[in-house]
Amino acid sequence: MKRSPLKIYWQRLRENKLALTGGVMISSLFLIAVFASVLSPYDPNEIDRNNILNPPSLTHPLGTDELGRDIMSRMIWGSRISLAVGFVAVGIATLIGILLGSLAGYYGGWGERIIMRFIDIMLSIPTFFLILAVIAFVGPSIWNIMVIIGLTSWMGVARLVRAEFLTLKEREFVLAARALGVSDMMIILKHIMINSMAPVFVSAILGVASAILVESALSFLGLGVQPPTPSWGNILTSGKDNIEVAWWLSVFPGMAILITVMSYNLFGEGLRDATDPRLWRTGES
Amino acid sequence: MISFLAKRLLEMIPTLLGITILSFLIIHLAPGKPTDVLTEMNPKITPEARERLEKYYGLDKPLYVQYGLWLKRVVKFDFGESFSTDRRPVIAKIWDTKQPLMERRLFITFVINALSMLLIFLIAIPIGVFSATHQNSFADKVTTVTVFIGFAAPAFWLALLLMMLFGIQLGWLPISGLKSMDYDTLSFFGKVWDRAGHLILPVFISSFGGLAGLSRFMRGSMLEVIRQDYITAARAKGLREKEVVYRHALRNALLPIITLLGLAVPGLIGGSVIFENIFGIPGMGQLFYMSVMTRDYPLVMGILTIGAFLTLIGNLLADIGYMLADPRIRAK
Amino acid sequence: MKKILSIMFLFILISGCRQEPAGNGNQAVTAISDEPAYGDALVAGSIGEPSILIPMLAGDSASHDVAGLIFNGLVKYHTDLSVIGDLAESWDISADGLVITFHLRKGVKWFDGVEFTAEDIMFGYKTIIDEKTPTAYQEDYLQVEKAEVLAPQTFRVTYRKPFAPALTSWGNLVVLPKHLLEGRDITKTDFGRNPVGLGRYKLRNWTPGQEVILESNRDYFQGRPYIDRYIYRIIPDPATMFLELKAGGIDLMGLTPIQYTKQTDTKHFVENFRKFRYPVFAYTYLGFNLRHPFFKDKRVRQAIACAIDKKEIVDVVLFGLGKPATGPYVPDTWPYNPNVRTCGYDLGKAKELLNLAGWADRDGDGVLEKDGSPFAFTILTNMGNSLRMNTATIIQRRLAKIGIKVDIRVLEWSTFINEFIDKRRFQAVILGWNIGLDPDQYDIWHSGKTKEKEFNFVGYNNPEVDELLEKGRRTFNMEERKKAYFRIQEILAEELPYIFLYVPDATPIIHARFRGIKPSPIGISYNLERWYVPKALQRHAAMQP
Repeated sequence: MKRSPLKIYWQRLRENKLALTGGVMISSLFLIAVFASVLSPYDPNEIDRNNILNPPSLTHPLGTDELGRDIMSRMIWGSRISLAVGFVAVGIATLIGILLGSLAGYYGGWGERIIMRFIDIMLSIPTFFLILAVIAFVGPSIWNIMVIIGLTSWMGVARLVRAEFLTLKEREFVLAARALGVSDMMIILKHIMINSMAPVFVSAILGVASAILVESALSFLGLGVQPPTPSWGNILTSGKDNIEVAWWLSVFPGMAILITVMSYNLFGEGLRDATDPRLWRTGES
Repeated sequence: MISFLAKRLLEMIPTLLGITILSFLIIHLAPGKPTDVLTEMNPKITPEARERLEKYYGLDKPLYVQYGLWLKRVVKFDFGESFSTDRRPVIAKIWDTKQPLMERRLFITFVINALSMLLIFLIAIPIGVFSATHQNSFADKVTTVTVFIGFAAPAFWLALLLMMLFGIQLGWLPISGLKSMDYDTLSFFGKVWDRAGHLILPVFISSFGGLAGLSRFMRGSMLEVIRQDYITAARAKGLREKEVVYRHALRNALLPIITLLGLAVPGLIGGSVIFENIFGIPGMGQLFYMSVMTRDYPLVMGILTIGAFLTLIGNLLADIGYMLADPRIRAK
Repeated sequence: MKKILSIMFLFILISGCRQEPAGNGNQAVTAISDEPAYGDALVAGSIGEPSILIPMLAGDSASHDVAGLIFNGLVKYHTDLSVIGDLAESWDISADGLVITFHLRKGVKWFDGVEFTAEDIMFGYKTIIDEKTPTAYQEDYLQVEKAEVLAPQTFRVTYRKPFAPALTSWGNLVVLPKHLLEGRDITKTDFGRNPVGLGRYKLRNWTPGQEVILESNRDYFQGRPYIDRYIYRIIPDPATMFLELKAGGIDLMGLTPIQYTKQTDTKHFVENFRKFRYPVFAYTYLGFNLRHPFFKDKRVRQAIACAIDKKEIVDVVLFGLGKPATGPYVPDTWPYNPNVRTCGYDLGKAKELLNLAGWADRDGDGVLEKDGSPFAFTILTNMGNSLRMNTATIIQRRLAKIGIKVDIRVLEWSTFINEFIDKRRFQAVILGWNIGLDPDQYDIWHSGKTKEKEFNFVGYNNPEVDELLEKGRRTFNMEERKKAYFRIQEILAEELPYIFLYVPDATPIIHARFRGIKPSPIGISYNLERWYVPKALQRHAAMQP
């Protein structure tokens, strides 16, 4: 019986309830971010001197902050910023990772050695230190944050892509293509890429989660997305100083980060299990 | 075996060089000359003094010469003088020989990270094995979610919540710092207990976040091993399930984990910035944060280099562990 | 960027100084014998760590806080704001005010037992005016024409011209032990980390990143302080610090307005702590870079002033714990001019002024333009001060209403000062000045003080103000000085090189076991050596020798 791999993936993913829940969460967050302008009940930056530090109520479902801004609206707009940071950073990392990983994996030789050494170097530096240093020197704009997180988190993807290449390189279909005189570029792009996409995709999903966490850690140190532009990280950071008087300022953004990061992880893991044939259960278990 | 080690050591050299080059470039490509900060502190600094400083840091020479000069001093652990008002040598800030061992920044960070690492391995491996042997059971799901909570909760937030719970509500643990005010009056065991109490929350926070990665990796590794032929064969031979899992499968599944030990070091060191700041722990992470914010370039470079050096040592230890565990390498 | 005067004296003002009621729970405590007793320790929380304990070299408030316990000045302010002797027992001022002769207290000793003499003042004076000393605080001493040691206990300074702040400038911590430092480069010695002073407390142990432990100076010339140890604990995170206060890990910290109004009225706090509130000699302002084409035009600055509702800032950011500012002096002090004209909050007028200045929204994007460039600028402020951050956010919001786009950038203190203020790389800033009791603000407003590192960093230049500043500092006649400073305030209110935003209140909280605290116009810490904890309430064991 022959089934397309996508179908198998889906079937296996469907069995994993945790991963499915994660997937649903991710999709709804995505929708929230896209429709932020429609969903947000207030202007996220509107200051209201008559509603300072109000607890959650009907008019302000998640309460207000020390400037009377509506937390729900800030969270909704913040989801856009936080997700954008995650996606752009991971996009950059994935591109670099695929490029270097496939170069190393396909061509081998001294080029591979240099790339692998570079990966070793990057893996030996505490990257969070590197991120901190660079952002402190160039200034914490949202673009800088995205780019720097991207530039320091591509190593996993590169290794993965290279490893996939090494195993796929000797497989019949690649050898056959080569024998037919298809150019290197075409081989790389068409065959190997498509085959190694699944693990890369999984690692990208996990990467988004990490990037959201890194942004919140940077916010804690005052180097994240700069307020008043709302990101979950900086809403949480400014909320933490009033944690005792206004729990809603830190509980909601904290939970949002926690749940989102967790959803990405569960979904990513589930996807990995589903797409990794080595982990497919055989009849007996 | 010796030759394997020697080879690993030799391989570390280019990596270390690469790291120093990278940190050097980052600092020097940042806007402004490093000495700007220094000379601007003092409006009355004479052009000669400025020149002398630039010479001291070799800023009048081409970049690769500067790097060479810097490297020459770094080999002797001379990272120059900090730019802060006190102008102390960088190394004295990281490893202050005038302070007792337990108050030196590098030592503090090292101890906390080593403890976290130990804790992570002690907890994550059993969790991973359990999840693998009970794949998709309810208990597997609970542990999965738990370890992911540790990973997904912003560390500083979790730290604050725990401080409120254990420090204020229950009053069991101290909130911040490394020791109590009356530390000096305590007995020896009192002192040990006092320090241990102060370490509980920071070590917990820094290891809780690391559980997910390792336990999931362990789970995957275990699942993979369990499906392999020799395990099936062992089963077929009629060995008891426990024996199969713990004697045969576990040993093989542990091998790839050892490599992770080295890879986990940079993450832990990086995370120390966060928990050292929230818990008010005077370690290297906190120092790094301050140095970065005040653009204390020599200090930034010093800590980056030392951090990388520590990671390489972690890698080396992992290699040795791997070697000891893997009969194929041992035999060579 | 604080003026040293203020920090060194911890100047704080009278009006409305009040102490919060200690609450009912205190009755039990007062039943205990209230005898002053030696012993115990006071733990103060601080976000920052001191950098160097030589006052003239330090630029950060943490260093000044600690150094202020170790060193003394020649004179100080009494709680009624008159000047009284500190290291000096008395002084004579010549009829023309140009010569001051200080007669020093006898028997004052440095911590190492060597007697303090006029030579030490001379040494400190020479050090601070030395070109090679990296200090920002030498201006007042450059006015001195001649300094002489007439006798071991007699020190005389002669001024070229009358200099009104002359006497009070000797309240700064300029004395240094000559016998330890002569012939050495003070930036290179370890004196800054291991100072030998003569004040209330001496350094016992400094663990970097953790704490600075000071122990009482038993031979202090004003009598041995009751509290044995003063511990300065470094806790970088404000949320953690507040939890430490609650858990008893620290005894003293400054509260934020939210903490003061919302978090410290629980039973636990009322029973265990006392909080204080008093206006400080400081104001927060929005300063413009007057060299920038946008802000060269007075009408633009006036328009911005009209668009900012100071009352809103005081109500929202300070929770009412402060006052709107109208000029560089604190309300209810003698140089303060209550009658300056300010715009108030008037959006219509703001728009009109901007129109007159040529700014209009021609492309309908909600942002004004002139000569093709949109009216967008960045406000810089320093990190770790949520009040200023919130102020900036409100200003950003309000200026958006009149078509001005504002970005906010938060910078670490030393980077902010060194890289942005000193290099004049800014468009607008939110900063604060701590001001002294003397109204002389020559350094801030005089057009000759615009060079790098000098305090007129906005580049303000008005010949009339220059003249008035000179006049104000060159006379001892109070009425004349008042007239000069009143006029300066009128001009500043019209020209608005700064928009003066608010005068904040200080809101410290301290554990209730400490007694002898007498709030005064100059704050609470002036009589620290007289604070005590009754024997029964002492918490920390006696110090080991």
